[in-house]
Amino acid sequence: MPATTSPNLSQTQSPIQGAQIGAAIVVEALEKTYATQDGGQVQALGPLSVTVPQGGFMTIVGPSGCGKSTLLKLLSGLIPRTAGSIKVNGEEVHEPHRDIGMVFQTPVLLPWKTAIDNVLLPARVLGLPMERSRARAQELLDMVGLREFRGRYPHELSGGMQQRVAIARSLIHDPSILMMDEPFGALDAMTREVMNVELLRIWRQAGKTIIFVTHSIPEAIFLGTQVMVLSNRPGRIADLVNVDLPAERSLDIMSTDAFGVFSKRIRSQFNTQGLI
Amino acid sequence: MEHIQPGSAQLPSATAARQPRTGFNLMRTLKARPELLLIPGLFVLLVLIWEAIIHYFEVPIYIMPAPSNIALALVNVSFLDNALYTLGEAMSGFLLAAVCGLVIGGLIAQFPLAEKTLYPYLIAIQTTPKVAVAPLFIMWFGFGMTSKVIIAATISFFPILVNVISGLRSTDPARLELMRSLRASRWQIFTMVRLPGALPMIFAGLNIAIIFSILGAIVGEFLGSRKGLGNAIMQMNVNLDTAGVFATLFVLSAIGVCLHLLMSFLQRKALFWADSSRLPTV
Repeated sequence: MPATTSPNLSQTQSPIQGAQIGAAIVVEALEKTYATQDGGQVQALGPLSVTVPQGGFMTIVGPSGCGKSTLLKLLSGLIPRTAGSIKVNGEEVHEPHRDIGMVFQTPVLLPWKTAIDNVLLPARVLGLPMERSRARAQELLDMVGLREFRGRYPHELSGGMQQRVAIARSLIHDPSILMMDEPFGALDAMTREVMNVELLRIWRQAGKTIIFVTHSIPEAIFLGTQVMVLSNRPGRIADLVNVDLPAERSLDIMSTDAFGVFSKRIRSQFNTQGLI
Repeated sequence: MEHIQPGSAQLPSATAARQPRTGFNLMRTLKARPELLLIPGLFVLLVLIWEAIIHYFEVPIYIMPAPSNIALALVNVSFLDNALYTLGEAMSGFLLAAVCGLVIGGLIAQFPLAEKTLYPYLIAIQTTPKVAVAPLFIMWFGFGMTSKVIIAATISFFPILVNVISGLRSTDPARLELMRSLRASRWQIFTMVRLPGALPMIFAGLNIAIIFSILGAIVGEFLGSRKGLGNAIMQMNVNLDTAGVFATLFVLSAIGVCLHLLMSFLQRKALFWADSSRLPTV
């Protein structure tokens, strides 16, 4: 991958350069229940407690329907919790937090806006100074490898390129935390691997805290500094795996023994729950 | 799915079709689109058959004129004045309906209480045949232009309203979630996401409404007027000038086709991106 030059994308300290300063997200006894049609209650998630360090990359993996996406929406303040506490940078979360950037399962680009205008959408909504934001949007498009595509419309971009635009958009207001909900799930295997390598590069470069939901165990290990394994519904933490592989990872790492050990450990969690 | 290295200038296939066309080749165009020849061909054939039947059976001209009689009437009678008059009525009515449809549709889609309050009235108005109300408008607003404008607006209002509401309602939930994650205000969500996303449906409504507005203007002129193509048809009918009636119909149909083409043109300009909404990825 050619290294692109945009060193001042973030004020947050990179985990490689410095020690982890503190907790980006602190979750305590978080619970989510849904009311059913007949007046009953269904426990969807928790109780669940976890701490994500600043600059950390936490991947969340679990069976489908275990509440991975629900957890992410709770953390980002998109849906209200039933019980417990969520603190983002020390502040209790009650509504979407300005310091969080979201990347969804689909790119969710506005088809009538060019790539750069899509990246600028959060800046417009939040009322950031446009001139500076425009320069930053260009930097971000450079960073995700779309320098020449800023004037293109979404339908002129491939699926992988669209998701890169979405990643650039999530970073435009310089949030310290990035939440990604199976962002590469709709891409083919090849593109997905490239996007994974790209995301690691962006993470190292921008120094963000990333929460990344996936249903792929290899993807979870490859990306994460920590892998949270969720149990079947109601989603609880079945295992929290510290992935002490080097921060600089290439796809080759997936065929190493160490990678296999992590993979086996997570897979065994799935096995004990009778999921595989 | 393409696999693109960062920084590469490789374009996806969608843009390849954008290359400038080199020269215009008539034969190649006709081969690719044979309908360009078939449409006028069919017209000529039908006109010839029509002409032959009229002459063979010696149909009186006041019952059914031959195409040649209609062509003569088209040349001899001046339609321009009447056509502009009717067009003016229809377009004023259409614009009135478009503004009302957008505002009321916007309010209904945005505020559930507005919908709950207005809904029974809207149903009552919509299920009443608007043409049946037209004589009242003539009585209230006279034989001049105003009554026709109001009739045209009444008839073309509902297709716009219905499409504005369903267009604003059909906003992709993922886009709403994106906006909510940014804590966008209701107004920001409306102007940045809902309204542009509703444009394809709104245009579909406008397309129907613009044709309806001509209908409204003609109906109004039938009921009482001093000018316009509808007025001309009534007079010619009384005078047994059937060729003139047919010629007027031809003019009306030409106006309708022009309006339709105009709307399609505006639609293509405004919705250049709409094809992409068929792609599952956006």
